[in-house]
Amino acid sequence: MSRKKLTTALFSILAVAIALVWVFPVYWMFNSSFLPNVVLQSTTPTFLPFGGSLDNFKAAVADGKFFGALAISLTVTLSTVAAVLIIAFLGALAISRFKFKGRKSFILALLLIQMLPAEGMFIAQYKMMSSVGLLNNILGLTILYTAAVVPFTIWMLRGFVAGVPAELEEAAMVDGLSRTQAFLKITFPLLAPGLVASGVYAFLQAWNEFTVALVVMTEDQTKTLPLWLRGFVQASATRETDWGMVMAASMLVAVPVIIFFLIVQGKMSSGLVSGAVKG
Amino acid sequence: MSTEVKAPPTNRSGGEKSAEPAFRKRKASKTPIFLILPTIIILLAALGYPVIWQFITSFQKFGLKQQFGVAPEFVGLGNYIELVSNPELWVILGRSLLFCLLCAASTVAIGGLLALLMKRVGTVARLILQVSMLLAWAMPVVAAMTVWVWLIDWRRGVLNWLLVQFGIDAQGHNWLADPVTFFVIAMIIVVWMSVPFVALSIYAGLTQISGEVLEAAAMDGATGWQRTRLIIMPLIAPVLSIVLLLQIIWDLRVFTQVKLLQDAGGVANETHMLGTYIYQLGVGSGDFGTASAVSILMLILTVAISWYYVRSLMKEEN
Repeated sequence: MSRKKLTTALFSILAVAIALVWVFPVYWMFNSSFLPNVVLQSTTPTFLPFGGSLDNFKAAVADGKFFGALAISLTVTLSTVAAVLIIAFLGALAISRFKFKGRKSFILALLLIQMLPAEGMFIAQYKMMSSVGLLNNILGLTILYTAAVVPFTIWMLRGFVAGVPAELEEAAMVDGLSRTQAFLKITFPLLAPGLVASGVYAFLQAWNEFTVALVVMTEDQTKTLPLWLRGFVQASATRETDWGMVMAASMLVAVPVIIFFLIVQGKMSSGLVSGAVKG
Repeated sequence: MSTEVKAPPTNRSGGEKSAEPAFRKRKASKTPIFLILPTIIILLAALGYPVIWQFITSFQKFGLKQQFGVAPEFVGLGNYIELVSNPELWVILGRSLLFCLLCAASTVAIGGLLALLMKRVGTVARLILQVSMLLAWAMPVVAAMTVWVWLIDWRRGVLNWLLVQFGIDAQGHNWLADPVTFFVIAMIIVVWMSVPFVALSIYAGLTQISGEVLEAAAMDGATGWQRTRLIIMPLIAPVLSIVLLLQIIWDLRVFTQVKLLQDAGGVANETHMLGTYIYQLGVGSGDFGTASAVSILMLILTVAISWYYVRSLMKEEN
């Protein structure tokens, strides 16, 4: 027994060590963003942001472009999450709870679409958006993002729907609930972790997306945050890169995502299903 | 997220129960079609049209002139023949395949091991590892690339400083200048970004395995390795194959990372992969016909690579 405890302790140390290595780039962004450029230019790195200040952040948002990009990114991302959740949930329901003609073709199509190289489509997407007047338009970008994220989200949700045993629903129906009631009262609450996970996935995809946004959001006023950050780095690189300011800009793009993640993190753990079956 | 649901009107009472099977059968024939309709509409609108356009364009001479309204000329397989007789394509293809397979294999191997590790350690260590994974996963690609470029900066990056501390003379070494180290760096970054998704997915799969089954097996004398191999592996095999398939597909079309590393000082012509090559052909040179042909080749290649997996996944659909 004590030997088992010892190996668990060793594994725990290993896990924490790996965690530290993995998180280091994120920490480094945090650390550098508070340090003045004079400190960052020394050959010996400074590992703790003591004596740091918010000057880099003030400098990064000084021209006001950041807030415009934030508004665009938030609108596009939240619209995408809402659209994806509704569309993908219905799709996942269809393929995991119903047998129907064309089901296999539909699944095959999803798999194939998931493989389409985005880089090979953006010229065509640009042409399409420009012909229907949706260039530099939040709706246009949302449509492209939703379509890009839906196939994988259906896959994800399908796993969760299939993970809730149909016998739970059947048991409820034996107890007198209708099929719809059984679904809404029994299965749907158990799917919450799946919906949260899918929503997080869609949020990240839309918030982080760079290539498609670069092509269809060509005007300065319609830039999303990743585009703003790239422009910011490019502008800084024309002089000697001001890493402190660039890291502060990266922080501004990454921090909303990180906060969002920490909020939903607990809900993503899914012990709910196995607990329900046990009882 | 709120899971509040309104109870639907109970329009079918116990008395109708005998009619239930017939009702469900009739409903089952139409309901799923309505359920998948939104998916089909959005996919056709946003992806269907571009793919068809791209397919047609790959058989056309579509250069800068066509951007200004000159009608494209149909050249049949001209673009494709030009491509396959160009050694550059084969070099880029080989490079992309090698990169993709190395990245995908490492990502799934490391992710799987980390998932097992999460299962093996106490709650605190697991949460620390999970949060660090979530943080890395949450990083927007452009922000993450910016940090990595700063980490490997040849003058003041932490990487070179660290190597010097270990007695390796890396002071002032530019890792992006040599194509080989360029790809090692790119691989490390891609794996760093991809592992969290894989590790957390496999871990989620592991938590679905009933603890009772494992306990019963342990009571029957199964060792830890036997339990892993005979119970856990078969149960998470579907998750493993899906994440491996997705990693292969995503790593084959890796674009942003390579592009931003090239911008940060890599030699673009010697570090192109399929994604950046298409970008270079299309956006750089305005040769959309050839760019579309490469895209179609890339698509065929992707389908060929993953065909075995798609088939085995489809078999599960029986």
